[in-house]
Amino acid sequence: MPETPFLISREDWSLHRQGQMDQERHQARIREAIRANLAEVVSDEAIIASDGRKVVRLPIKVLKEYRFRLDWQKQSRVGEGDGPVREGQPVGPGRKAQEAAGAGGPGEEPGEDWFETDLSVEELEEMLFADLSLPHLEPKQDPQLTAPHHEWRDVRRQGIYANVDKRRTLMEAIKRNRLAGRPPLAGIRREDLRFRTWDEAETPQANAVMIVMMDTSGSMGAGEKYIARSLCFWMVRFLRTRYAQVKLHFVAHTTEAKEMDEESFFTKGESGGTRCSSAYEYALRLIDQQYPPDRHNLYAFHFSDGDNLVSDNPRAVTLMRQLLQRCALVGYGQIETQPQYTAMPYYQPNTLLNLFRQEIDHPRFVTAVIQGRSDIYGALRAFFPPAGARERGTG
Amino acid sequence: MAADLQRLAGAIEAVVGRARAAGLDFFEMRYELCPPDVLYTFGAYGMPTRFSHWSFGKAYYLLKSQANLGLTKIYELVINSDPCYAFLLESNSLLENTLVAAHVVAHADFFKHNWRFQRTNRRMLHAMSAFAERVRGYEARLGRDTVERFLDAALAVAEQIDPFPGPRSEPGRDLPLFLMERAPDLADWQRDILAGLREEALYFRPQMETKILNEGWATFWHARIMREMDLPPAEALEFARLHATVVAPHPQHLNPYRLGYHLLESIEARYGREQLFEVRAVETDLSLVRNYLTPELCEELNLYVYAQKGGQWQVASTGWTAVRDTLLRQLENCGLPYIYAEDDNYRQQGELYLRHGYDGIELDVTHLTHTLQHVHHIWRRPVHLETVQGGQRTLYTCNGEKVTSRVL
Repeated sequence: MPETPFLISREDWSLHRQGQMDQERHQARIREAIRANLAEVVSDEAIIASDGRKVVRLPIKVLKEYRFRLDWQKQSRVGEGDGPVREGQPVGPGRKAQEAAGAGGPGEEPGEDWFETDLSVEELEEMLFADLSLPHLEPKQDPQLTAPHHEWRDVRRQGIYANVDKRRTLMEAIKRNRLAGRPPLAGIRREDLRFRTWDEAETPQANAVMIVMMDTSGSMGAGEKYIARSLCFWMVRFLRTRYAQVKLHFVAHTTEAKEMDEESFFTKGESGGTRCSSAYEYALRLIDQQYPPDRHNLYAFHFSDGDNLVSDNPRAVTLMRQLLQRCALVGYGQIETQPQYTAMPYYQPNTLLNLFRQEIDHPRFVTAVIQGRSDIYGALRAFFPPAGARERGTG
Repeated sequence: MAADLQRLAGAIEAVVGRARAAGLDFFEMRYELCPPDVLYTFGAYGMPTRFSHWSFGKAYYLLKSQANLGLTKIYELVINSDPCYAFLLESNSLLENTLVAAHVVAHADFFKHNWRFQRTNRRMLHAMSAFAERVRGYEARLGRDTVERFLDAALAVAEQIDPFPGPRSEPGRDLPLFLMERAPDLADWQRDILAGLREEALYFRPQMETKILNEGWATFWHARIMREMDLPPAEALEFARLHATVVAPHPQHLNPYRLGYHLLESIEARYGREQLFEVRAVETDLSLVRNYLTPELCEELNLYVYAQKGGQWQVASTGWTAVRDTLLRQLENCGLPYIYAEDDNYRQQGELYLRHGYDGIELDVTHLTHTLQHVHHIWRRPVHLETVQGGQRTLYTCNGEKVTSRVL
């Protein structure tokens, strides 16, 4: 056999990290892209339905490598079967023909339309809440709601070395030496040592109460409810980053108000007219009975499609003003997925939004118009505006 | 040398001996054993010494995921270079790596003898390494984000090279070259990046044009050589299983290993071994299919044309003419659109005018929009692309922010 010189070797690859590092860069780019597309990501069903589960897998339609490409979607292509095929036979679940272009040098992955990434809800929150703020925060503390807290209160002669109070120790040494007529820092003895110790103290915690009111009459359909639910999801999570505890009350109303559990609140519907003052009345009663404003941080939000019995409007405004006296923040979100002009002929073009904007001018009152899922993020920013960007309502 | 390395060296010796005896000829081989992560990295980057970019990170991640799902268990990577580097998974069994060595040595022969590779840079590993080094230097000097932005843009156009560069090529056919030479206000580092990416594209282009032929050649020879090795029954069975996986039909796209392998078997049967060697030297995928795909093969391989009908993908035809013509269209220009740079001073304002060589298949609009923005990042003045969209001649324009279009 002719000579066949070759070399064979095995290097130490333990420091080889290029793939790993570039993958991390890719992940970082994904996060940047998500941040730039928060409006879309915020309303994703996977998150809202996750109940805050640790990790959510999101398909992110970003970060494709764009090139000049032919659109193979409308073209015919060649495939191979593992047995005889007939004309008319269906071909595998639609992967876009685009991907099988056969073009692609090394380094190009089999084409994908989107890239799945694992994102924890915490990471998403971090991005979302990064510049939100809670205005008018004078946190009220409930003496009954406390949490353990360490207070460095005492200085003793016994303790662990990690907690040596150097300043006091030196002071003791200086004192002792002086009294004995020696230069101040002649020596430090064991008896000079002083240690800081802590005591457990109970400190009062700030908590929040959030009252969510929603018009559940026929005009608020599944889509509208989903929007309210998404917004609620993030508002609660945001408040939870600021308060030790957030207590929730869900008040549904048509012409009458009724408190219910979260699930029913977002799924049940009724028919009938709308008197939103009924909800405000219920909320006020709730507050006066259970949550003295001097000890509780109160947040009230009302979602509706803007429709209200005209005769109820004056009362609605009056009660809204009363709510504002008690709450740290009152928000009104008008969910209008249908443009107004397609509404019924007897529909009054005056909506609650217009009413409130005309009648109420109060620093703690915010309004928002939500016409679709992409407005959810904007509404969040309206209710909890970035510090220094205090706007009065948005839409 | 470690014992397992000794055994592998022995197996490779046997394989290579048989390959040479059969007439295969290749540059000096360098076999490298590496752990899976490293091999996936090389697979993702295409080369061991490539510059860093997030898109490679993405490819790496996908390769790893597929491997973890058991989809690409055997992985081989061989570089078109002199000496010829081949990377083997150290986690493979001796049998697997023996098969891989046989497969790889045929690739090496292909790189040395196929006409499309005659003008490729056999020392590309060094060139790429030097380029990667320069890119790192630019990143250190200008900041990673700036360089990455330009890399994103340059990568978007890099593959639009003229596969046959030279004095007789059409001007404007090579987009990166056009941009390098004519884009106003390009910094030296930007020109260097365009040049480097163009060199890489030129280097890889022959591989894109010969995927079926090359993999077919390597599969043909790993099958021949392994069968000659007189393996004990258990190993013979294992080999048969591995080989079957390699040539299995793929549900959604053509498996180049399968198509190439059967085409070459058919050629040897019909024309003899000498013709087979000739084929590996003078053909590309396009000419291979045009000259040697027979109706019998179409039927044997169950090839068909599929298309969308009423929102559903289904088999449109199993006829040989339809299959061959559709396949040829897919392979032409590696499936890429023809983009020509026509004018670097459009409207007398230094605007760039590109034209899509439309021949029946329209461009993907989403890709087009984003890519035009990338071109603008390089050109810095308005950029136009003429194409056909929705059946009408349309001009797309990017002025930096938005991309607009109007019917011509």
